[in-house]
Formats: sequence, structure tokens, C-alpha cells
Amino acid sequence: MSERSRREVLAIGAGTAALALLGAPASATPEEAAAAIAAFTGGKPTVAGRIAIDLPEIAENGNTVPLGIKVDSPMTADDHVTDILVLAAANPRVDLAVFHLSPMSGRAEVATRIRLAATENVTVLAKTSKGVILQEQKPVKVTIGGCGG
Amino acid sequence: MVDRPRIRVPAEAKKGEVVEIKTLISHPMETGLRKDADGKLIPKKIINKFTCVFNGKPVFSVDLGQGIAANPYLQFTARVEESGTFRFSWFDDDGTVITADEEIKVT
Repeated sequence: MSERSRREVLAIGAGTAALALLGAPASATPEEAAAAIAAFTGGKPTVAGRIAIDLPEIAENGNTVPLGIKVDSPMTADDHVTDILVLAAANPRVDLAVFHLSPMSGRAEVATRIRLAATENVTVLAKTSKGVILQEQKPVKVTIGGCGG
Repeated sequence: MVDRPRIRVPAEAKKGEVVEIKTLISHPMETGLRKDADGKLIPKKIINKFTCVFNGKPVFSVDLGQGIAANPYLQFTARVEESGTFRFSWFDDDGTVITADEEIKVT
């Protein structure tokens, strides 16, 4: 994996003292990402679109990257977003957070700050009360990884 | 001891309005993956859950993982139909629960 080799090169460059201090947590495997998605979707197929992901193109510091998510939904009792899952495939732990919404949310809009280990895709899945599962992703270039690695 | 969380809720709103809520709590969100100077793993200690309840009714909650940045910031919305109190709760891995209340006047 290109991220792994890049990290190793950086770690060697930084010297063994830094290596001992920081450690080098491995990124999650594609299987772990697939498992996290399957647990959320229950194996249902996902539909692309209706999710707007607000992330910087380049994050200089992976320790704190602002993330905004907007899902196009009427947010009525009948048709609303119930859950939003955020994944980062190259992080040591792929699942970052799950947001639980209700019709009382009014709008399907959330924001937080995340950690990103390396240049990677951030994937967002949203489940609606109608049983539709939406999926969207956005790449972020990370200059300094934020997972202690 | 954890500092008092910072919360922004409008003081007033019109009936049926969707208001924006911002919260931030001081917390290291220790991942359990970092090592200290002696090479020992620093134990995981994060806020693993956040809930927002309005007049006893659940509005919004989050399951947080290690991938959420230190001093977790959460922004979300709520539709208000009546005056009342938002109760915010943060659940730490160590069992501590930090709660805070904010009132809103709905006209």
C-alpha cells in the first residue's frame, strides 16, 4: 500500500526515537471497512448521491479536520434520515462516528471534527426511514497524519 | 476534572423553527493507539456517546469513535414546537457522564 510505504519512509526519516514515541498503528484492512458498511446496511445495496460532504481538499493537520454533512431529506415523521455513518478507510479504526437523527432534528445537517491518518477517502452512508441507504465519498489529502502514526 | 462544556443554543425561536446547536467539550479523546515516552500504550479514553434530549424527548445522539478529534465538536439542528429545556449528555469510557441544560423560549 502506498500510504504504508510513505509512512515507513517518514518514520525512518524521523529517527528511531520518534518511532518509539509515536508508534505506528496500522491502517484498517479493506475487509474491516466492508464489514463496517455491511453492519450498517444489513447487506442492502446503497444509492449514490443526496449527500453533500464538506471537507477541505487538503488537510495540513490530520489531527483535526472539519467535516460537514448535509443529506437532502424532508425530515418528516414519514421520511427522514435516521442514521449517518462516517468511515475513513486508512484510519486504524475505520468507523469514526454514527449520528442518530429524528424528525425533531428538522434538517439532516451535522458537523464535527475528525482525525485522518493519511491521504484517504472519507465515506458517508445515510439510512432513511424509508429503508433507502445513500452513500457518498470524498478524498482528502493529509499532510501530517492524525492517528499517532 | 473536565471543564464545563461550551454550548450554543439560541435563547428564542419561533414555533416550528429549526435551530442550530453547537457543542464543544474539553476531552483528550485518547485513542489507545499512542505510546508514551517509555513505549507503553496510553489506555483508550474517549467520549463514546453524546445525546441531546428536548423536554424528555430524544432529538439527536452520536456514537463517537477514536476517529473524532480531541475536544469533540458537534453541530446539529433541532425543530422546536414549544418552550423548554435541552439536556445534553456526554458519556466517557470511564463511566463519567457530563450533563448540561439549556433553555429556549419559543413564541
